Amino acid sequence: MTSTISLDNVSMVFGSGIDAVKALESIDLDVQPGEFVSLIGPSGCGKSTMLRVIGDLISPSAGTPQVNGKSPHQARLDRDYGMVFQSATLLDWRTVLENVALPLEIMGIDRPERDAVGRKMLELVQLDGFASHYPWQLSGGMQQRVSIARALSFQPSILLMDEPFGALDEMTRERMQMELLRIWEETETTVLFVTHSIAEAVFLSTRVIVMSPRPGRIVDRIDVDLPQPRGFDTREHQRFFELITRVREALRAIEDEPA
Amino acid sequence: MNHRTRSILSFLGIVASLAVVWEAYKWMGQTTGGTWPSTSVRLPVRTNNRSMPHLWDIAQSLFQPARRGGEDILLVILLRAGWFTFRSAVGGFVVGSAFGFGLGILFVRSSVAERGLMPYVVASQTVPVIALAPILVIWGGKLGLPQAVQVAVIAAYLAFFPVAINTLRGLRSPAATATELLRSYAASPSQQLWKLQVPAALPYLFPALKIAATASIIGAIVGELPAGLSRGLGRAILGFASSFSSAPEKLFASVAVSALVGILFVGLVALVERSVVPATRRVTVDAERPLA
Repeated sequence: MTSTISLDNVSMVFGSGIDAVKALESIDLDVQPGEFVSLIGPSGCGKSTMLRVIGDLISPSAGTPQVNGKSPHQARLDRDYGMVFQSATLLDWRTVLENVALPLEIMGIDRPERDAVGRKMLELVQLDGFASHYPWQLSGGMQQRVSIARALSFQPSILLMDEPFGALDEMTRERMQMELLRIWEETETTVLFVTHSIAEAVFLSTRVIVMSPRPGRIVDRIDVDLPQPRGFDTREHQRFFELITRVREALRAIEDEPA
Repeated sequence: MNHRTRSILSFLGIVASLAVVWEAYKWMGQTTGGTWPSTSVRLPVRTNNRSMPHLWDIAQSLFQPARRGGEDILLVILLRAGWFTFRSAVGGFVVGSAFGFGLGILFVRSSVAERGLMPYVVASQTVPVIALAPILVIWGGKLGLPQAVQVAVIAAYLAFFPVAINTLRGLRSPAATATELLRSYAASPSQQLWKLQVPAALPYLFPALKIAATASIIGAIVGELPAGLSRGLGRAILGFASSFSSAPEKLFASVAVSALVGILFVGLVALVERSVVPATRRVTVDAERPLA
């Protein structure tokens, strides 16, 4: 079976000469279909850069990234990714439904069909009643749900999420995490999730990748063997705390390293 | 009191206070003999009826025949001239705005074109239209263009600049993440343009269109003179300026009508803006205003 995402010795250097910054160094990573993989690490460890290489928003300096057995470029043209950023990035002249259906509109799907799909997606993120609202009428959490619905509207095999809940308050954040897990189960999408939060990474993922900065490297890969489906009890599970400690220690080890 | 009545009332209030200031200043000068009260410092503008006619004299002149024995009252003559000038200005506005919009798209698509052409675009606006208008008229005449079209070309010359600058700025306004999002949907460059950049540019475009509206009126008024058109506001203003010493109120009246034409034009653009750009998206943009 082909990996959904595979990175083989991928490196990324920004700039040149003495100003050159090694954002990624010799990254090897395999993500299997249906996995939920989190990337965690301090600022500047290259986790967003890695997401952007996979999403073909930038090209790596060296190495071979593959997505569904293709180059990231081809995978992007085949619309294999849905992207969600920290800011919801909704187009404020479009209604919620028109925002969700935007990818379908670009694919040339006609109006009745894309409206139907869009409404189904809004149901999925529990915003059925808000189809004809405008983005500025929604709270931050609702806007982010619209952005997730938009990313899923064209049924991509991969969801690339760059700190999607980073700007939300703690309560909204926990609710959104539950919803994301439910959607992940329902859609069987592979998720690559960048986060700053240890608890979030452990709670959501099947695997946590710990990264260190300057140069960005993978320092630890931790399998999260918490029972599925996760729920309210997961956060009180003994194993949950053990895994959090495990990730925290991996991150501490980076800080103790001589720079 | 709703928003609209309040803005109408405040507009009328400002007009009324300006009128009071005008007449009060005039009265003060007449009383003191042309100095600030209790000083010997002379007032900057003389207050006699030639320099500053009474407002009611200006208003009255609008309803009297413009020439001795003439049939039409001044207001009718000025409105007719204003309508004539307005039509050339609208023509120039449409052509100039379309050109400016196209230039903005060209520049956002090609940085080579922007770097190569932008200096000339900027330089074009430093050439005074008074110097340029005769040249355009001579060229237009050689090409056999009707005079009204020549005037519209001059109006377009002033109108295109703010539109080009603000279109470019608006097309660049979407957040980097929005551009990346469309990239992740494998959107074509023209889809990027029409689904993201152009809608994002609209709030920037309309302030520029308002500037272009006033600029095209100025361009049309100035352009009428070398084009030798006698039916527009340009010739009317020039004519009343030459008889300023005998009938200053007529020049003031024609200036007032010119301003009115400009205000109406900007109002029309604002009306379109209201239906195209929702209030939540309107931005205030400071754009360079070309000098005639």
